Amino acid sequence: MPEVKVVGLTKTFGNGKIVAVDNVSLEVHDKEYVALVGPSGCGKTTLLRLIAGLIQPDKGEIYIDDVRVNKVPPEDRGIGFVFQTYALFPHMDVWDNVTYGPRIKALDEKKAAALGRETLEMMLLYERSDAFPHELSGGMMQRVAVARALAAGAKLLLLDEPLGALDAKIRNELRYEIRRLVKDLELTAIHVTHDQGEAMAISDRIAVMRKGKILQVGSPHELYMNPEHLFVANFIGESNFLEGYVADTKENLAKIRLRGNLIVYASNAKDRQKDERIALAVRPEALTLERGWKKAHNSIQGNIGEVSFEGTTTRYEVVLPNEDKIIVTKPSLAEEPFEVGEKVTASFQPEKSHIFPYPRRGLMEELKLE
Amino acid sequence: MRKRAKILKFFDEISSKPILRYSVYFSAILFFLAIILVPPILGTALKWDLMTEVFNNPELMSRALNAIGFSFGIALFVSIIDLAAGIPTAWLIARGKSRWLNVLDTLCDLPFIIPTVALGYSLLLFWNSTYGISGIFGNSLVSPGWLLVILLHFVFSFPIVVRVMVGALLDYQYVYEEAARTLGASPVAAERTVTFPILKPSLIGAFVLAFARSISETGATIVVAGTFENGAIFIANMNTPESQAQFGQGPLVFASLMLILIAVVIFAIIQLLGTKMKIPIKRMSPTFERKLSGRKVVSLRDSATLFTLFVLILIPALFVSASAFPALLDGTLNSALASEGVWQEFWQSLVLSYFIGFVATLINVVMGLPMAILIARKRLGKTVSAFFDVLVNIPIIVPSVALGVSLGLFWRNLPFIPELWLIIFAHISITYPYFVKSLTAAITRVDVEIENAARILGARPFAVFRTIIMPLVKYSFFAGAIIMFTRSVSETGATVAVAAELQTVPVLLVGWIKPLLNSDVVGMSFAVGLGCGFLILFSIIILLVLRLMIRGRGRY
Repeated sequence: MPEVKVVGLTKTFGNGKIVAVDNVSLEVHDKEYVALVGPSGCGKTTLLRLIAGLIQPDKGEIYIDDVRVNKVPPEDRGIGFVFQTYALFPHMDVWDNVTYGPRIKALDEKKAAALGRETLEMMLLYERSDAFPHELSGGMMQRVAVARALAAGAKLLLLDEPLGALDAKIRNELRYEIRRLVKDLELTAIHVTHDQGEAMAISDRIAVMRKGKILQVGSPHELYMNPEHLFVANFIGESNFLEGYVADTKENLAKIRLRGNLIVYASNAKDRQKDERIALAVRPEALTLERGWKKAHNSIQGNIGEVSFEGTTTRYEVVLPNEDKIIVTKPSLAEEPFEVGEKVTASFQPEKSHIFPYPRRGLMEELKLE
Repeated sequence: MRKRAKILKFFDEISSKPILRYSVYFSAILFFLAIILVPPILGTALKWDLMTEVFNNPELMSRALNAIGFSFGIALFVSIIDLAAGIPTAWLIARGKSRWLNVLDTLCDLPFIIPTVALGYSLLLFWNSTYGISGIFGNSLVSPGWLLVILLHFVFSFPIVVRVMVGALLDYQYVYEEAARTLGASPVAAERTVTFPILKPSLIGAFVLAFARSISETGATIVVAGTFENGAIFIANMNTPESQAQFGQGPLVFASLMLILIAVVIFAIIQLLGTKMKIPIKRMSPTFERKLSGRKVVSLRDSATLFTLFVLILIPALFVSASAFPALLDGTLNSALASEGVWQEFWQSLVLSYFIGFVATLINVVMGLPMAILIARKRLGKTVSAFFDVLVNIPIIVPSVALGVSLGLFWRNLPFIPELWLIIFAHISITYPYFVKSLTAAITRVDVEIENAARILGARPFAVFRTIIMPLVKYSFFAGAIIMFTRSVSETGATVAVAAELQTVPVLLVGWIKPLLNSDVVGMSFAVGLGCGFLILFSIIILLVLRLMIRGRGRY
């Protein structure tokens, strides 16, 4: 069963000027669904193409089932690859596309046909066997692309932004369909996406990439609850970042002095030292809002700056006395909405916040997606 | 500057008036029908009764049919070897990683810019004379005849196939091949089952262009053919005053009409079968194809490709320069520069050739541009556009010598048209499709939404064209113009057919070379070498100037 391991993988382009993948190591276990996420240009697709053998690494090793495959051509790696554009062969109908894999490997015609039929039925596409790619909807093309990869006998499925070209509703439906399929067929899957919501919904583990490096690997819950990097805290979910200094520490708690002499307490799991410059991260959904300026525990007073109704939740921008702005999201049905200009008190539990050392290159630079 | 702005504003303003816009389109259609499409068809069709002269002379009939048969046979054979050699070359250029491939890419264009008569003489010197490769063997290696005709046609049609296929491979979405590889196909299997079927229209297009070019070529073929006679040479032979006196115009009309009809039928069959023909993906042999994909086989293929390119194409094509260099030292150059003796005629012909090339190009640019927009943007509806899109191909597929005969017969009914304009009309007919096809494809590639955005921002139709479309299609515009110009300057067959007194430079050079062909092994003439050298030199200079002009006008 396929296990994938990459060790110290590096890939550069433009005579070494662009480092697309920078000394990356990653293990994907058998039957595991792993998502590679990160902003555009972070190297996630390059990493996937290296694993597939579509490009060759400059350095590093790639193992599939403990076999070093660096020099194995893609056709012999036992993979299925679903491309972002689907890459359905335009001169072949659905049937020929799906049975291409078995036939190109000279499998017995009857077996190839049986495989094709079985896969198409599983993907609810058998009725459209004689349709050409240009006659299919985006969702159907995506399913044909998955069916084609499965019919080729792949046990390792590599998916490169497979839902990127679909509209939101279909994307949401298909992501669960793909996960169910991978789990039912006991496949191993590596799924590249820039949509952290999609990654959280489908994967067993997520690897967050930035500038060619993997910053953190963990389950969606781990990454959300315990981000180890400022960038991860911002990219997986959403966070408010406030600049300040550690005024004092006591056990697992740190007293933080924010700009404008505002005092809050935060969890000090990473043992920050007194007087250290830090960035405090608090998720919008971890903040509670009360009407009026109140002296509540671990709270900051402010005024509502903007209100955005987003359906399930409402998003409030709160302007603090030091002119910093924080975002607070509240369930839309839970309470009466706040008005713009209204005085409010925002508070949070210290254990639901994270302290990071203040980045040398500045906060904005560290959080930049490009 | 203010005056220029005023003029542009005036044209911008009037371009908004539908009546004016449609007048431009209808003028373009009228020009196409009256000058390009109808005369070549009506010219021979109106004189069809003259063909009885051939029907009553079985010997002449058999000679004509044999010649026509050879034309199509050679064109078919040459087009097949063009594809066989051109595809690996294009593959190497488009897919290779070496920087030297840019040089190779440019070298492949060389036979295209060398006027075909010079090319013919060059091949003759290389393969037949003791100055060339035959010198090694002490005797003529390849005598003038069908084999040399095949080698010649291969040389000048090869760049067409390479150009078309390099373009197609660069436009091709490589992801399809990658998808096939991830599904278990070896590189050769992926190319056979996915890449080539997707590139089928380009393969057919390259085949058709090479085939048409081979059928049309006359001047250089006469130079290398010896006693061998194909359709074009038959027509040229029948167009002499002696033959006219002996056989009349019947053989001309017969051969031209047959060439035109058979060419049209063959191209119709290729189009019909081409779209239906499928490259089978069944019955695969994975092991064999895997072996073919191996590094050794690929290296062997690349080596064979380079060998073919240099030994069969580039060295023979450029060999004429060997006879141009001695001419620089033995006084021939001085005579040429002083315009002494035959050189006076040469310079007059050269000026005439470039003048005709310039006028034909200018007229086609002005009249072809609205036609290209009309077809690309479907200005008169889908059906009309598709109809003209097919019709503009006809001058390409009709052999130029037959076209020339037909045009000559048609325009001579109107005796007030001077001979110079007859030649210009012939060149307009032959070169028109190269410009319109190139520009139509380029305009089609420009997203119509870009045009709409400019209109919404306040640009009038003419302003949209000059500020948006033209900068985006400039490369294809000039490329089309360059092809028209070079094609016109090297045109021989149709010129011979329509001209009585005037001589363009390829026609003159054919006249110079003919006496050299009398012996078994052709002699080297420094004058011919120098004449060909001048022709090549001036063509290259003009092309370089045009390329610099294009580059100087921005990044597109």
